[in-house]
Amino acid sequence: MATVQATKQTQLTMVQALQSALVEEMERDEDVVILGEDIGPRGGVFLITEGLIDKFGADRVIDTPLAEAGIIGAAVGMAMYGLKPIAEIQFIDFIFPGFDLLVSEAAKIRYRSAGQFGVPMVIRSPYGGGVRGGSYHSQSPESYFVATPGLKVVVPSNPYDAKGLLIASVRDPDPVVFMEPKKIYRAIKSDVPAGTYEVPLGKAALTREGKHVSIITYGAMVHVALEAADAMAKEGVEVEVLDLRTLQPYDTDAIMHTIAKTGHVVLLQEAPRIGGYTGEIAAFIAENGVEYLEGPIVRVAGWDTAFPYALEKAYMPNAQRVIRGIKKTLNF
Amino acid sequence: MKSEPKVRASLPDGLTADTLREMYYRMVLTRMCDDRAFALNRQGKIPFAATCQGHEGVQVGAAYALKRGTDWLVPYYRDTALALSYGVTPREQLMCLFARKADIFSSGRQFPNHYSVPDRNIASISSIIAAHVTHGVGMALAFRMRKQPIVTLITFGEGSTSEGEWHEALNFASIHKVPAVFLCENNEFAISVPQKLQMAITNVADRAAGYGMPGVICDGTDPVATYTVVRAAVERARAGEGPTLIEAKCYRAMSHTSDDNQATYRTPQEIEALKSRDPIPRFEGWLKDRGLIDDETIAQLKKKAQAEVDEATDWAEQQPPPTEEDLYTHVYASGALS
Repeated sequence: MATVQATKQTQLTMVQALQSALVEEMERDEDVVILGEDIGPRGGVFLITEGLIDKFGADRVIDTPLAEAGIIGAAVGMAMYGLKPIAEIQFIDFIFPGFDLLVSEAAKIRYRSAGQFGVPMVIRSPYGGGVRGGSYHSQSPESYFVATPGLKVVVPSNPYDAKGLLIASVRDPDPVVFMEPKKIYRAIKSDVPAGTYEVPLGKAALTREGKHVSIITYGAMVHVALEAADAMAKEGVEVEVLDLRTLQPYDTDAIMHTIAKTGHVVLLQEAPRIGGYTGEIAAFIAENGVEYLEGPIVRVAGWDTAFPYALEKAYMPNAQRVIRGIKKTLNF
Repeated sequence: MKSEPKVRASLPDGLTADTLREMYYRMVLTRMCDDRAFALNRQGKIPFAATCQGHEGVQVGAAYALKRGTDWLVPYYRDTALALSYGVTPREQLMCLFARKADIFSSGRQFPNHYSVPDRNIASISSIIAAHVTHGVGMALAFRMRKQPIVTLITFGEGSTSEGEWHEALNFASIHKVPAVFLCENNEFAISVPQKLQMAITNVADRAAGYGMPGVICDGTDPVATYTVVRAAVERARAGEGPTLIEAKCYRAMSHTSDDNQATYRTPQEIEALKSRDPIPRFEGWLKDRGLIDDETIAQLKKKAQAEVDEATDWAEQQPPPTEEDLYTHVYASGALS
């Protein structure tokens, strides 16, 4: 489904890949505009939009007042009237003043107008811990958004997907919450084509094949899963890693396929366990694939606390916790 | 009636005798739709009704100050007269009250008066107070970016001006000088809370100074006074000079909605005193003073409005409600997710 127009590959970080997606979409379609706090001359606090104001001008790269409801609400209005706004919320922890505009408005406008209005917008926002960001620059609030029909939720785990998923999100006719794992913004590089391509929403990626146990996860936790898989390989356990990439809609076929193959599943998320996204995946598996299971569905998640500053490492799921989870289901 | 040329000289800029009579008709028509809604609710035929009685002057005046087919409305749920003056028909209004499948606003998915009429430039609104004010600013920004000479009229009550979203919207609008007009229909009550417990200022228009935009007050029971100030603000916005905040002082004649009882927070004397402010007899007097209407024409127009509302009611009541299959459509562009 990837429609690569130019095949030149370059090793890029996720920051560079995301910027490349923004530039290409803004060059392709003049209705694509971006808005947010500090995204102009500052280039955004993570420099995703660095240089874009010089390239596209202040009409299409709008430095907004410090007001998240205003940003998201204005983007909703722009989208209702046919622009394709990409709003940046500086940290996803700051999205809650604008939560109403996403949940009550963006998500419901198509439904409440019986299809007369659509809201083709993207909210981009860095999420997650591991950068010493404290309680308000570290959270993973995806489950709030997933619980709202009308929104789509996308979480890339690598530069290639980040570019292709962002392009697909911009072109999608519905509102997309695009969560960027800030811990790996610059930590990894991958081959990213110079041209335009889409990674389709709703399709998972089988990141690593294995036959004994499946880890189903997304975002920065994909790399924790891979680390655990490497460690388990030394013990002769072949771990399969499924990267969901899109949390809503999620790839039910890929989930069914992997659990049918391994019969054991570990669900990995960074967010607190209670009410967390992987609870939905656990319920889906329990409802649809219980006959394949040879052990309990195990969740590995953040603790049910606020996000701690000094104890960040103790909070975040790591390979050791994932390995314990794997052993729990395998040794059932 | 007196001869047209003689009266036309004293008419406000942009309004003809015919237009003024049409405005009067819209006010009467709205009042009858409004009364019908409450009657249907009491009869158990519709679940809910919201009133705009006391607001007919501001709404009709504002609607006629816009360029129909060009400018956009971002209304709130008390704007029946605004909608009925901007292309919504009595049948369409009654269909939303009955929440029928063919309701053009939402196909029976929303409360009454929650408009969505893209072909008549009326935005989709929710019940969340002031959320739509931010949308109106975004729309105005979009119009300006596309270099379209379109003005957005955004309406709300005085209670809305307590919401953070309202402030965020006005601040954003003024910084970027978007072509919008903010119209506060100040009816003195937000459900039961009087203005003095909503804000420590007498005039909502004073808030405009904080955003660096003009704040203008008008008599919202007077359609011509409202027309004049809204028209000036629309022209200012269209000329690229930025937004204006208008406060139209009006009142709410009835309870907040069919689910409210104003006797729990207003005295019978207060409620009785409101009748002297009714915009409809006042506008009748204004038109008569200028020889633009007589008792015979008034009676004819009232009869015509009543017939329109009766016909619309009978027709809408016969239309089918949505079916269970309609529940799942339009969640996403592709339909439902699962």
